[in-house]
Amino acid sequence: MEAIKVTSLTKYYGKARGVIDVDLAVNEGDFFGFIGPNGAGKSTTIRTALGLIKPTSGSVSVLGKEPFKDRKAMLSDVGYIPSEAMFYGGMRVSDCIKLSADLRGMDCAEEAKKLCERLSLDTTKKINQLSLGNRKKVAIVCAMQHKPKLYVLDEPTSGLDPLMQKEFFSLLEERNKEGATIFLSSHILSEVERHCKKAAIIREGRIAACDSVDKLGQTNVKRVMLRGVEEIPAMDGIRDMKSEDNSVSFLYNGDVKSLLEMIISLPVADITVAQPDLDEIFMHYYQEGEDR
Amino acid sequence: MTVFKHEMKQGKISLIIWTGAIAFLFLTCVLIYPEMRGSVDELNEMFASMGNFTQAFGMDKVNIGEFMGFYAVECGEILGLGGGIFAAMLGVASLSKEERGRTAEFLLTHPVSRVSVAVQKLLACVVQIIIMNAAIFAVTAVSAIAIGEEPDFKILALFHLAYVFLQIELAAVTFGISAFLRGGAIGIGIGAAALMYFLSLVSNMVESAEFLKYITPFGYTDGAQIVSDGALEWKLIALGAVYSAAAITCGLIKYTKKDIA
Repeated sequence: MEAIKVTSLTKYYGKARGVIDVDLAVNEGDFFGFIGPNGAGKSTTIRTALGLIKPTSGSVSVLGKEPFKDRKAMLSDVGYIPSEAMFYGGMRVSDCIKLSADLRGMDCAEEAKKLCERLSLDTTKKINQLSLGNRKKVAIVCAMQHKPKLYVLDEPTSGLDPLMQKEFFSLLEERNKEGATIFLSSHILSEVERHCKKAAIIREGRIAACDSVDKLGQTNVKRVMLRGVEEIPAMDGIRDMKSEDNSVSFLYNGDVKSLLEMIISLPVADITVAQPDLDEIFMHYYQEGEDR
Repeated sequence: MTVFKHEMKQGKISLIIWTGAIAFLFLTCVLIYPEMRGSVDELNEMFASMGNFTQAFGMDKVNIGEFMGFYAVECGEILGLGGGIFAAMLGVASLSKEERGRTAEFLLTHPVSRVSVAVQKLLACVVQIIIMNAAIFAVTAVSAIAIGEEPDFKILALFHLAYVFLQIELAAVTFGISAFLRGGAIGIGIGAAALMYFLSLVSNMVESAEFLKYITPFGYTDGAQIVSDGALEWKLIALGAVYSAAAITCGLIKYTKKDIA
């Protein structure tokens, strides 16, 4: 069964675009990355899945339930970390975590204590004394203390220091091994590349690509670097060209033979052809959109 | 009932401050009464000759030289405006404060239905209003006895009951409005309470505007009327209950359907 199934989801806020015709399938047990720059529609998709907003058209199903109608049953198996974690200012951290457990009708004190220790979160502080990173930790504890089946994480690492990010991801890996599904939205490619098995790329409200992280990396695009030349003739399929220090580097997506013919005519001293990293592929998906 | 308990905790300090402030004004009013009584003839004459304003505040119906008459006019205004603004602010902030403070996202991603959240919040408003009025009633009763008056407790209770209804109606109507708002709600709350209050003044002063008492809840909290009749105007209160129910229903329908910011 799919943990999250989004079918031709479209959402407009008045006239402003949220997402257009998004299809997405996250299987149970997946560690799924959802990548896109700010304003691409990541949060809109997530907020629809959680039943906070209603789709303009299309449908969403989470753990086999329809979020807007069957919200209560659906949310009891979901842990959510919002991108901007906000809590009631005057409350203590411990009260906030307790409130979250009470709203679920559960006693999660033991698990909460473990999580707070691992994230070194001081539970005696008041919420409005906390930094962004520490507020994020409160959100992490609230999302994880009840051990849900599905984790929906909207840019969860923003504000966390590298050490905490590491601890956070090892927590996620543990929960994923126990069978939980993880849906991680992020604009940081390296964390998706490192932790996720599958990923979807969203740009300007539409899904640009969706596949396993390995396959997303396997495109025909190559990073080519030529030394000994300062300039190369214009050619189809070349982009992101940089020239410096008597060398030229560019991304190439096209017929290999015509590339070689072009190179032969140049006084090349050395040549490197490499797989681009996910960062470059990401840019590639983006620019493809802009070129259209 | 987690949301209800949470709301009560969140509102605790504001409830204490408002209750304390209004109770203090009541205490002061009651305690200065013995001195006022000394110059009661002059006062009656003065109050009777203020033209329309005499009617606006209902001073043509009661003798301000008697404790209940004095109490109904003086304290009625305090409880009407003070309590009314408190209730309207409670109601209007109830749902909108979550979106304004961006805590709605936290609250509504827990397995609680939106109807349940809204109903528990409304209940918290009503309970806070009852607590405030009970405390004020107790302060009044004790301070009245302390100055040696023996007020008619039945009428005193009816008088206070009318204001409980008034506040609940204001809270219910502003609660309904609250579901349609995203923030900046407090002004609307105060405005709604003040508007209703002034409508009642106009209704008392201008004969052709008497129909306004069917709109404003202040129509059934005319302290002077309650004291001289010894009874409440249940018809108007029932009408108020209908307005409240309609506002709550609209609010609930909107809240279950709306996009949460």
